[in-house]
Amino acid sequence: MEFFTFVGWLLDNPDAGFLPKFIGVAAAWAVGITVFVSVAALFFVWLERKVSAHIQCRLGPMEVGPHGVLQTLADGLKLLAKEDIIPEGADRFLFALAPILAFAGTFVSFAVLPFGPDLVIADLDLGIFFLAAVGSLEAIGVIAAGWASNNKWSLFGSVRAATQVVSYEIPMGIAFVTVAVVAGTLSLNGMVESQNGMFWNWLVFRNPFMPIVFISYYIASLAECKRAPFDLPEAESELVSGFHTEYSGMRFGIFFIAEYAAMYVVSALAVVMFLGGWYTGIAPVDAWVAKSALLANLVGAIVLITKSFALVFLQMWLRWTLPRIRLDQMMYLCLKVMVPIGMVCLIGAALWQGIAGVPADLMGDSQRPAFPVVGSISGLVCFLVATVGGWIWVRGAIRGTKSYQLANYKS
Amino acid sequence: MNIDFEIIVFYALAATGVVSGAMVLIARDVVRVAFWLLSSLSAVAGLYLHLGADFLGLTQVLVYIGGILVLILFGIMMTQRDPGLVKLERKSTRSMATGVGVSLVLFLVLASVINSVGWASRRPASATPTTQDLGTALLTDYVLPFELISVLLLVVLCGAAYLARRRVEQSHA
Repeated sequence: MEFFTFVGWLLDNPDAGFLPKFIGVAAAWAVGITVFVSVAALFFVWLERKVSAHIQCRLGPMEVGPHGVLQTLADGLKLLAKEDIIPEGADRFLFALAPILAFAGTFVSFAVLPFGPDLVIADLDLGIFFLAAVGSLEAIGVIAAGWASNNKWSLFGSVRAATQVVSYEIPMGIAFVTVAVVAGTLSLNGMVESQNGMFWNWLVFRNPFMPIVFISYYIASLAECKRAPFDLPEAESELVSGFHTEYSGMRFGIFFIAEYAAMYVVSALAVVMFLGGWYTGIAPVDAWVAKSALLANLVGAIVLITKSFALVFLQMWLRWTLPRIRLDQMMYLCLKVMVPIGMVCLIGAALWQGIAGVPADLMGDSQRPAFPVVGSISGLVCFLVATVGGWIWVRGAIRGTKSYQLANYKS
Repeated sequence: MNIDFEIIVFYALAATGVVSGAMVLIARDVVRVAFWLLSSLSAVAGLYLHLGADFLGLTQVLVYIGGILVLILFGIMMTQRDPGLVKLERKSTRSMATGVGVSLVLFLVLASVINSVGWASRRPASATPTTQDLGTALLTDYVLPFELISVLLLVVLCGAAYLARRRVEQSHA
């Protein structure tokens, strides 16, 4: 049900039963999402340790359960049993509030994030705008943690986190706008529905700029999650553990769950925006599945979660492959590479949309122009020009930074 | 029940906003002030949502909480823990009088303006998403002011970049 009809229905129903019902529905969703997030986080922590181990030619946890699958459960129990330490000189109130803020900022994203055609708490008309707005709450939790710890390393970590998250919201926002232009809607469910049909209807293949936007979004999402190569806020070799250095026991555990939940959120969002959401990408299968609402939701949820988990795996793969970048490289990549490229893609996608395509909701499935011949050739030319031009530009810009840094070191 | 629920939500949000706003003035630790501001701004965003202005409410969160509040916190952390910031010194009576005078004038102007507008006394019966109408209005009836503001913001951005640029060459000379 659409959010406002839902609220309107609640407010227009004067019978005494609606408030308990409203609370009941909300509580059911909250419990369901909490269970999903916790189980996903447990699985991701185990997967991360296994992925890192195999990339480094090790076995990883093997003792607890077959192939160590129960290892994180044991770790979780250990975290629960650990002493809760609040350092002396810490701001006790903010110290306790910070993990809650960080977790809530991630958790509230699930309010609009769909799992299937009907498996969504609120299909907001403003879905993606909502995500952009609440995405910043997590940064505030991290800042609070670093400040309240009364520790230099924590403070450095949180200042880095704030810089990074605030900066990378810009390329991320540009990617959101581009997707909204191409999909013709801000609603996440609307975006998925505009990708119905074969997989070349997915937004990532809709025009030659969308693959670039997808990669740009994915890089920005790594930075938003503070994942390697953007893990400067918790760089172990420099800052002990960054903003959560002073946290122990379950308070640390909540930060940890929030981080892994955020990884799922950004990956699921990438799937919804670019990779066809709950659609398998094979039109006859989707059409057959859509005959029954139950089947559509069940298969849809499995497909969406599988795709998202694949992107989470990609995040882990990147983390254990790439070295950490420096602070100035991080800012350079954001402001001088990703923002201009994002702008060019936004203008290109808008022009493409005006010339080659109409917003998907304005036409039937039969009329959807998936790459008309002329369009594809001109698109290929655009793509080549953008790639070659971008390459020359980035090369030039990199030379620029080198001399800039030399000039800095001399002074 | 219908009206009760609505009014309870409204007053809860309004009270949160006002109390947090007062705490922004009262609290002594400057970081605590920023977090009271977070509570106050969130309550105002909640009021917007409650009154059916969904886009405005989320913009409040995006701009004020995600942008300005983070900027304030950032500013606090980049500066030192200055005792003068933590515990505001009592200033002279003249500056006190100036402050009170300015606040009074501002309050009177705002109060008269707020009183002169015929506000709708209740939230719309059926709240509908406002984004599409806003977008249409901005790109048809109000396209000239919209474009002017865009140019103004661009000028401001360029100005800020100009002021904040590094003067590497000059420092070497």
